[in-house]
Amino acid sequence: MAQQQTQQAAAVPGDGAGTGTEGTRRAGRQPRPAGRKGRPSTGDIVRKVIQVVGELLVTAGLILLLFVAWELWWTNVEADAKQSQAVQGFAKSLAGPVAPVAPANPAAPPDYGKPVVAEAPAHGGMIGIMYIPRFGPDYSRPIIEGTGSDILDTLGLGHYGTTSMPGAPGNFAVAGHRQTHGAVLDNIHLLVPGDKIYVQTKDGYYTYVFRNNQIVLPSRTDVLLPVPTQPGAVPTQSYLTMTSCNPRFGAQERIIAYSVLESWQPASAGPPQDIAKQVAQTAGKG
Amino acid sequence: MYGWIFRHLPGPLWVRILTSAALVACALVLMVQFLFPWMSQFTTFTDSTIGSAPQP
Repeated sequence: MAQQQTQQAAAVPGDGAGTGTEGTRRAGRQPRPAGRKGRPSTGDIVRKVIQVVGELLVTAGLILLLFVAWELWWTNVEADAKQSQAVQGFAKSLAGPVAPVAPANPAAPPDYGKPVVAEAPAHGGMIGIMYIPRFGPDYSRPIIEGTGSDILDTLGLGHYGTTSMPGAPGNFAVAGHRQTHGAVLDNIHLLVPGDKIYVQTKDGYYTYVFRNNQIVLPSRTDVLLPVPTQPGAVPTQSYLTMTSCNPRFGAQERIIAYSVLESWQPASAGPPQDIAKQVAQTAGKG
Repeated sequence: MYGWIFRHLPGPLWVRILTSAALVACALVLMVQFLFPWMSQFTTFTDSTIGSAPQP
């Protein structure tokens, strides 16, 4: 058989141009089947190994790219859906008007007394909804008890369990992701002193005013003190402290936003004018 | 490696193309469900809490 092929190949050069290609191909192939049928040469093995390693490396690169896309995009898609569901579920469970109620005496602003302070729910329980008009007219995020990744990675703002509840003298501190998992505090650096931050709970609406922010190292737990960064001080005001990572796309530092409680109104008084439209929308009555 | 897998899939060409698409989809689902959440603990930009705050 091999002899026959050799003869054929030898005959090729004499053939016409048409069959020449085929003949040359056969002649060129001829030594290889012999090599393959025996044990593969070292060169073959090295080539195979390099090919497999190369394919694995390309795969690893693709997986890393996919991971970046997942982390920076898909986690937000997922968390946004879960969070707006939580916000709407909570808003629907609340009683009370969703439009501002006009005070009986328009001349004097109504005095609702001391803000109601609710009991902290169990880990994973929902405290309320936070509205920050500076972050966009549609910005509303759930506030959940706990700061574990099980809370922060899906449900938005997590309340530090060691800090007080909204309205109580002291510090109501929450944490939120900056880029991933809903990017709840992505624009925290855009807050301007005087910006209003609204917290809606089952009891009513707490209006905080943003005062300043601070960039600290992750070890600075004193920002969570009853009077932030002042150990031993007795709080006379209610603070809202938000923590997120800094810089964006990094976590070497933390950015802290401090706000002070300005006013409070019970659920029966309806939402503040600023967020009335949004409250009505989330409650499904707008 | 991928060429070897493709050559060893059963059926005619279009079945093999469909099978490999299904395999790729399976790999994607597994990555999103298990691999990526596990990998995300090694990235740093998801830390937004302060220091020794309790992590329940």
